[in-house]
This record gives sequence, structure tokens and C-alpha cells, in this order.
Amino acid sequence: MADTTDDQPGARAEAEPILRLSGVSKRFPGVKALEGMRLDLYAGHTTALVGENGAGKSTLVKILTGIYTPDTGSLVVDGVERTIHSPRDAWADGITAIHQEPVMFDELSVAENIFMGHMPVDRRGLIDWSSMIARTTELLERIEADFAAKTQLKRLGVAQKHMVEIARALSHDARIVIMDEPTAALSAREIDDLFRIVADLKRQGRAILFISHKFDEIFRVADRWTCLRDGCLVGEGLIAETTEDELVKLMVGRSIDQVFPKREVAIGEPVLEVAGLSNATEYADISFTLHKGEILGFYGLVGAGRSETMQGLMGISPPTRGTIRINGHEARIAAPADAIDAGIAYVPEDRQIQGAVTALGIRENMSLASLAKTANKTGFVAYAAELARTRDLGSKLAVKAAHWDQKLMELSGGNQQKVVIAKWLATKPQILILDEPTKGIDIGSKAAVHAIMADLAAEGLGIILVSSELPEVMGMSDRIVVMAEGRMVRVFDRAGATPEKIVSVATGGMA
Amino acid sequence: MSVSEPMAETPLSHTAAPKPEAAEVHGQPTPEQPTPGQQTAASPAPANQSARYTVLDRKPFRLIDLMLTWEMILVLLLVAVIAMNTSISPYFLDVYNLSDATVNFSEKAIVALTMALLILVGEIDLSIAAIIALASLIMGLASVAGVGTFGLIVIGLAVGAVAGAFNGFLVTAIGLPSIVVTIGTMSLFRGIAQVVLGDQAITKYPQGLQTLGQSTIFSLPPLPNSFFIFVVLAIVTGIVLHRTTIGRRLYAIGNNPVAARFSGIRVDRIRFVLFVLSGLASGLAAVLLTGRIGSTRPNIALGWELEVVTMVVLGGVSISGGSGTIPGVVLAVFVLGLTTFGLSLVNVPGIVINVLLGALLISAIAVPLVVRGIMRGLGR
Amino acid sequence: MTQIVTRRELVLAFIIVAMVLLIGVRAPVFLSFDNLRFVVTDTSVLIMMALAQMTVILTRGIDLSVAANLALTGMLVALLSRALPGLPIPVVMLVALLIGAGLGLVNGLLIAGLGIPPIVVTLGTLAIYRGAIFIVAGGAWLTSKDMTEAFLAFPKAEFLGLSSLTWVALVVTIGFYVFMTLTRTGRGLYAVGGNPVAARYCGVSLRLSQVLVYTLAGTISGLAGYLWVARFGIAYADIGIGYELTVIASCVIGGVSIAGGIGSVIGTVLGALFLGVVANALPLINISPFWQMAISGAVILAAVIVNTRSEWKPQKLILHEARRAAAGGQK
Repeated sequence: MADTTDDQPGARAEAEPILRLSGVSKRFPGVKALEGMRLDLYAGHTTALVGENGAGKSTLVKILTGIYTPDTGSLVVDGVERTIHSPRDAWADGITAIHQEPVMFDELSVAENIFMGHMPVDRRGLIDWSSMIARTTELLERIEADFAAKTQLKRLGVAQKHMVEIARALSHDARIVIMDEPTAALSAREIDDLFRIVADLKRQGRAILFISHKFDEIFRVADRWTCLRDGCLVGEGLIAETTEDELVKLMVGRSIDQVFPKREVAIGEPVLEVAGLSNATEYADISFTLHKGEILGFYGLVGAGRSETMQGLMGISPPTRGTIRINGHEARIAAPADAIDAGIAYVPEDRQIQGAVTALGIRENMSLASLAKTANKTGFVAYAAELARTRDLGSKLAVKAAHWDQKLMELSGGNQQKVVIAKWLATKPQILILDEPTKGIDIGSKAAVHAIMADLAAEGLGIILVSSELPEVMGMSDRIVVMAEGRMVRVFDRAGATPEKIVSVATGGMA
Repeated sequence: MSVSEPMAETPLSHTAAPKPEAAEVHGQPTPEQPTPGQQTAASPAPANQSARYTVLDRKPFRLIDLMLTWEMILVLLLVAVIAMNTSISPYFLDVYNLSDATVNFSEKAIVALTMALLILVGEIDLSIAAIIALASLIMGLASVAGVGTFGLIVIGLAVGAVAGAFNGFLVTAIGLPSIVVTIGTMSLFRGIAQVVLGDQAITKYPQGLQTLGQSTIFSLPPLPNSFFIFVVLAIVTGIVLHRTTIGRRLYAIGNNPVAARFSGIRVDRIRFVLFVLSGLASGLAAVLLTGRIGSTRPNIALGWELEVVTMVVLGGVSISGGSGTIPGVVLAVFVLGLTTFGLSLVNVPGIVINVLLGALLISAIAVPLVVRGIMRGLGR
Repeated sequence: MTQIVTRRELVLAFIIVAMVLLIGVRAPVFLSFDNLRFVVTDTSVLIMMALAQMTVILTRGIDLSVAANLALTGMLVALLSRALPGLPIPVVMLVALLIGAGLGLVNGLLIAGLGIPPIVVTLGTLAIYRGAIFIVAGGAWLTSKDMTEAFLAFPKAEFLGLSSLTWVALVVTIGFYVFMTLTRTGRGLYAVGGNPVAARYCGVSLRLSQVLVYTLAGTISGLAGYLWVARFGIAYADIGIGYELTVIASCVIGGVSIAGGIGSVIGTVLGALFLGVVANALPLINISPFWQMAISGAVILAAVIVNTRSEWKPQKLILHEARRAAAGGQK
């Protein structure tokens, strides 16, 4: 494909790549994150790196930026073999990155955040504050940011912090810029600004590695694509010669309509009725009804207030206004324990921090939300019953482990997530809230989680699915609530939902 | 970071990876699907299917695992200490001497039990010695005012509990870090004792209290009251921590307080109770210590917080929370207590003994880390 | 370095000034130049020690061994000067710095190299260093009779109306100010403590920072050890016992966050001055010096409550109106 000779932008790519990564493998204990990976980046071109969560994209970025050292493989920059052992090595090679999460220092100023690690110094080796402020101001003007160089970072909003992250990448004057999901927290207008910057960088002859889940963005900014699956390169080529369908098939290894085991389930009585749920700053006027056997999807951009709403329902940060009715009876939920008693279960978004206790074993994790049921009458742990339940749920969810006391930190992300789901099923809930349940887990586990969801809905549970993956929300949900800026903006029926409409509503359009 | 699953399941049977796409990879060898380690090829939809591989109920028993537990290392250390003491002093293995030895560490050991629980959930209480001083002071004032033995015991325990509740309130309700709070209350509580006592001492205590602190519960073996109380409390604490769901909650909080709270565990309530218990144990130690020495001075129990923390950490409780056992702490109590006693039998000054204890604390943690590092280095 | 002085520091400075004036009303002698000069001299060691401890706490650590290091180094240089009475004082001070640095480096290597929690390591070295004093001196006390005149004279010397102790503290303070605001390494300490992961992405190493700050804390403790022993003319195993907590208290009062990443040179100096003023004022206003400990305890608690309030992380601002309100409230 690279041999095309028409005047596509990619045609110039016949030139030597500015960066060539080949044969790169990286293993972690028990995990093969990358295997024989190859990546070429060309000056003046944007290469999109596509792949599902967990395909190895983050590992690749961390190798390029010197956070990880690969086990094998070579890196050639401008025809010279290089090794990158630290972020400083990466900068020396002209590589810089805009990371997925803004990773920064709240207490320090914008200027310091941008120049941390490479602050300008004068002849005495002291920081040259005036030149640092001047250069920061220049960078901020270039990206049309609306805040000053001396502002303390903690005073900025999420999108503004992202601008700082972008400015930091630009501050290195790098030849190779990696953008790891740079648009996740940006509004439509800010995304336009970002793409203008990308075009500028390209014009200046820089190579860009663009990582995104959003195909419209990929087709808008990228010239080339490289696809990863399970740590391996599965394809590369020119954007102009591919289609979204083709990329999705490559990414998941099968076509998308086959992925979701959604079943037709008779929708039952209302099980959860929420009216006017609000708190001070995060969400307002959330009202919906969830029925038995129904899967209700919640879609929105990152930071739209979906997880906060669910945590309100769960009593983690109780709402200030609104009513919650379960099976027609008003429920008072002031703490998670109340929510559990009321029959609500919540598989949280951040598995490592909110879901799993990774230093404890499978059996102990599975009992955590139902400890009262794990004890006999005298308060002692009823081991035999606990083990039986662990076996039961573990095999129902096809948890793969050596033994039931194995620590979660030794399991893969997918198996950890299954244990977290099992923990909540042990509470025998009527309402199951799944917040990004397949984030960062492999395809097999993903399919398993979807199959479990379908089964549970068929058993009559009411399920809420919060997800930022549009295919997942559309594939699994009976109805889809779209949230933006802490409010519900629209509810779609399964039949009436199209990706275009949903995205447009979620990003502030009027569709 | 997110990586692909090590034991990736093969895709659902009806959606086997399509070949044509893979063939499009120009010039690239078709990437291999990760081969699953088990014979589960073409496994059907996972849900509602009993898996075809077996998951053992528990970790297979291996002697080496048992030998490498922290408790086993402490047992060896204890044996070494006893052997050393026996060889350097003929008086060590004497039942009355040993009984005497336990008196010197039992009060600290009682507080070490609650300290172990606090450190297990990721907190710390550095004010315990100051609480002992405060409780002893108020007992002293009450004793001077004519309160009897039973009343003094109640007062000692109550002062401890209230002081612990104060710590617990600042940590859980206001959300302050416990290390700073208890450094502050350490100064505050002992400061109050200093303000009231100045450079004076209270020495007027009823005989009953002194008997409690000084006498033994049985005459043969001569088991001192304080040691007997410690043993009973250690057994109770051990059972609660290792056999009940309360223990499960503590380990969950210590390892991941956020996940524990999300799972419906009332994290702050438990933390608060633990601070109250820590105060209560300090109050009990104050009762026993005041009775034993029969006086209250402003410097009573000075520096005990560090000795108690040392007992707990040497006992294998991770200072960052989440792991450790009561048997480990009990063993560490004996290792430290008998080392101190044995060396004092041959007239080694206390401050020099502290050098050994400090070195023991660091090396007990450092040596396994170094050994593991070397093993990993060799493995490469 | 967005502002030279934060509002919090202004408030603390105001409280100290008000306190000094109030004490002056009760005891006018407190406001005399000689007395104020003495208060500053008396607080000099605390200021230096608190600044070094600040760098440790910034990296989310704690050093409980500083007072033991002070006492051990003080004893060692006293022994040295007894053995070699002809040694010039600058050499004695250099030796004190080196011994202190070495003792601090031990902490740093155990913490950074082996990853043992700072509180455990420094708890252990606290006991070891204290005991070592007893061992090196054979349990003896060294008094001014065992020290040379030059050894004893330095802390009492005056230059331009200020004691040499004050000058040393001034130089150390300026040094720390330059280090914390004008060097990459100093700013890097804020990064490491504020967000260790992000710091790594920026090529700022936590481990190197740890080795640095514990060595720095040791170095200052060593210097303080000489100054302390020479000033009071006595060295024994228990000098400065418990002083590490006063040092940490100065930091907390000065606004250093025990969670790391927050703290300033000016705040820490003010925190130390606050405790210095309290300690020196009590006898003058006829309050028993036994109150000092209780007062500093209460002040630590008050300070940490204030710190927590200002570090309070509010809910996320997601709703449009909430964001606007927050933006409006800022200006």
C-alpha cells in the first residue's frame, strides 16, 4: 500500500521514516504486552495508532517516551540506532508526548508544569524565570490558551489542563509528537483548535503519532494508520485507502455486529425510579426509570458527570436533592451499605482503585460486599459456604486462576474485572450498575462480560451500563441516556439511535 | 497500565478471527493469536458454562512457603535470642526471672496489639505514651482526692478512651492525616500532664492498684497480671482479626480504603473505633504501669510510642497497611522483650540495647528485600 | 513561585507579630532589641533544621533521626576537638557537616535504594544514633571543661550586632530559598512530592531526590550538632531528645503538607519562629514553661486543620453554572 504513486499525502512517505521501531517486545510478569512490534513514523505525516483498550498502545507510548525499556527490538531515529532509557533520552531524540491523563503538578505554575525537567537556566545554573515565563506565554498564545503563564495549575479546568499538556509537548520543539487520546476531555471547539495545531506541526515537518478511539478524528487528521491487536502489529497503510469498517475488523479481529450478544428480553416492571437527582456541582435533574430485564446505557464524553451520578445513586457521595425509588418504595441511601441493602450493586469505573483489592485473594474479594452473609451466627467466617459461593460465581463468570486464594494482582485485568463483578453478584442485587466495565481488558474477557450482562438481564436484573465506547453502548443497551455537562440531554431508543446522532448530542450538538 | 490478558481466552466460537483481514497485512507474517495455556480452544460462551479447567480451592501446600513466612523467621530469631541469653547469663532460664522479664514489656505489648490494628488499616497513633501519661495523671489526681482502686481503673480506661476518641474524631471527621494529628496530641496530652505536675510526682495510690500492677495471677508458674492480660487480649485480637468478618474489613481497608468504601464497608466508623481502642489500651497500660511503679511523673512512659511501633513493624505489619498478623506481633514482642531482658542481665545499658533494636528493625526489613533483589538479579 | 508570599504566610506572620506585641504589653522587656535578638538566636537551629525537614516532607517522607544525628555529630566533634585541640573551627564545622551528611546518606540509601518506608528507617536510625553516642563516649558526659575555647567561642561570637548563630541561620535560609525557587532540583522536589508519576514522565527521579533530601537533612543536623554542643557547652546521649518533633511541628505550622508537594521556605521559617517566640515568651509572662509542650501540641492541631481546609479538594465542577460560579469567584 505504501507504494502508491498518486498525489495522496501518503505518497511522500516513500522517504525514509524519521523513526523506525522494529521487533519490539515487552513482557511484564505473566503478561506479553508487546510482541515483535514495528512502527514507522514519517516527517510531515500523522500516523494513527489504532487498537482496542489493552492492545498495547500505552505500552508502546511508554517505550517511546522512556518510561519503559523494551526487552528486545531496535529504535532508529534519522537512520541512527538509539536507546531510550529515560524521558530525557526521549527528549534528546526529539520525541515528546501528550499523555492520556493530564499528569501534572497542581501546586506549581503553568510555566513550571510545561518546563518541568527542562527548565531554562542561566550561566550560574539558576532557573531563568523571565525567559521561562516569556517562552510559556509564547506557547500559550500559539495554542490560543486563555490563561496566564504564572497561574497555579490547580486553578485550571480539565480542558485547560489539557492545553497545558499540549503546550508542554510543544515546548520540547520535538520532531516527533505523540498524542495519546488528546481529545478525550475537550469540547468540539477545543478539538478544532487542537487539530489546527496538528496541521501546523505537520506543515513544519514533524511526525505525529495520533492515538484515538474516535474514528471521525482519525479520518480527519491522520495520513497513515497502524493497527495493534493483543500486542502485535496486525496491519498498516494509508488512511485514504481504508474504511472505518476495515479498521474496526482489524482491531477486534471480527466484525462489529457479531460482537454483542444482546438478547431480546421481555422488559418487566420498573425496578429503579430516579427523579430530580442533583448535587451542587456535578450533576443536576437526573430522572429516569430502569425496568427489570432492561439494559440502560449511559453515554457521554469523559467528565460528563455519568460516574458521579452513579456514585450518588450508590451513596458514595450522596446527592443533595432528588428521590430514588426501588420497586416503588422510596430508598434512603446515605452510604454504600444502604445502597447494597436496597439491592443496588456498582462495578466502578477504576478497577484498580475503586473495584479490586489487588493484594487480597479472589475468595476474599468476592466476599467483600456481602460480608454479613459470609459470617455464621456467631460472627465467624463460614469458610465452607464462602468457598462454595466463590467456586459457584467464579465458574459462572469463567474466572481463570490457579486457585481461589490467588491474589488479584496476579490476575489479568479481565479476570480481575470478573472477580469484581462476582463480588457484586454475591450481594444478590436487583440493580447492577456497570461503569466502564470493559475498559482496559482484553477482547475475550470483554465478550465474557457482555455475555454475563445479557444473561443477567435475561434473569430479570435491571442493568445500567455506563460506557464511553459507542459500539458497546449501542450494541448492549435497550435505551441510551446521553449526558453532557452533568445533565441528561437526550434518551434514545435502541431503534432510533445512530452513532452520528448520539455523538452529536453528547458533544453539544442539537441533533 | 493496561495490557493484554496473559491467559487470553480465544474468541467466541461463532466469531473466530477472520483470516482475510490478517492476510491484508502487507509483507507482514500473519501475527499469531496468543495461544492460550489451557486446552480451552474454541471454548463456548463463557457465561453459564462450567469452565473446563480446574481452579484449586486453595494454594497447594508447599513446605518452602511456610518456611519463608515472616512468623517463621521470627521464631528462628526468638530461638536465637533465647540461646544467646542462656549462654551469656546463667540466670536467664529461671522461671522467676522470666516472669520478671514479662512485666517489663507486657504493658507496651498490650498497646502494640491495638497499634497493630491501626497500622494494619494504614493509620498510626504516636500519642499512646502521652495518653498513658494523661490517664496516669488523672488517676493520680483522683487518687489524691480519695477515689478507690476500682474507681481509678474506670477513670484510667475512660481517659484513654476519650483521648483516643479525640484522635479518631480529628482523623475521621475532619480528615487529617493520623501521623500529624497524633504528633500534635502527643505534645498536647503530655503537655497537659507537665502543666499540672510540673516537676512534681504523685505517689499516693491505694494498695489495691499497686497489687494489680505488681502481683501475679498464679503463684506457679508466676504469671504476672499484666502478662496474663496481654495473653488474653492477644488471643481475642488474633481471633477477631483472623477468624471474623471484622478482620476481613480491616485488611480490605488497609489495602485499598477506596475499594473498601465502595464495597459498603463503613471505613471511617471502623477507623474511629480503632482509635478509641488504641486509647483504651493505653488507658489499661496506664492503670497497670501506675500500679506497678506506684507513681506518676510527667515523663512516665516517655518514648514508648517508638518502642511499640517497633514491636508492630518487626512483627511483620506493613507500615503502609494491609498486611501482618497478630502471631507475628506476639513473636516480635517476645524477641524484643527477651533481647532487652537478656542484655540487661549482663548489665548492657538500655540505650545500647536500643542500638541493637534499631538495627534489628531495619535489617529485619532490609535483609529480605536485599535477598529478593539478589535472587531477581540472579534470575535474569 | 507564582507569589513571593502567600496569604497563609502573611496571616502567620501577622499572628507572630501580634503575639510579640501582646507579650510586650505584659512584659515590655520582651520587646527590647536584646531580647528579640536573643529569641532569633535561640530559634536559629530550629529554623535550619525545619528547612531541611521541609525538603524531606515535600517528597512525602519524614526524618525522625535528625535530633539523634544532631546529638551524635555534636558528641563526635566535641570528642574530636578534645583529641585535637589545635584544630581550626572551620575544619571542625566541615567535619560536622560531613559526619551529618554521612548519617543522613545512610537514611537516604536505605529509603531510596531498598524502598523501606522513611518512618521505619529513621525510627531505626534514631535508636542507633542515640545509642552510638553512649558507645563512642563510653557513657560519659562532655562539659565545657572538655572543649577548647575556640570551640565554645564561635556560637557566642557576634558580627554586626547579630550572633553568629543568627548569621548561620540567615545564610542557610537564603541558601534554601535560592535552592527551592531557582534551581531545577529544588523545583523538582515539589514535582516529586506533588505527583511522583508525573515527575517520572518529566524525567525527575524520586530516588535521587530522596537520597538528596535525607543527606541534606543530615548535613544540616550535623552543623546544628556542633552549634548546639558548642553553644551549651555540653554533650551527652540525651541532648535534643524529642527535638525531631519540634522540627516537624515547625514545618506543619509553617504550612508544609505532610502529604507532600506543598511547603515554602518562608512559611517554614515563620513556623519555627512561632515556636521560638512561644518558648521564649512563657517565662517572661509568668506562665510556667511546662505549658510550652501543650501549646505547641494545640498549635500543631490548629495548623493542620487550617492546612487541610485550604488543600480541600472540592467536588468536580461539571455543571455549567458551577464552573461559571467558580470562575467568577476567583476574580
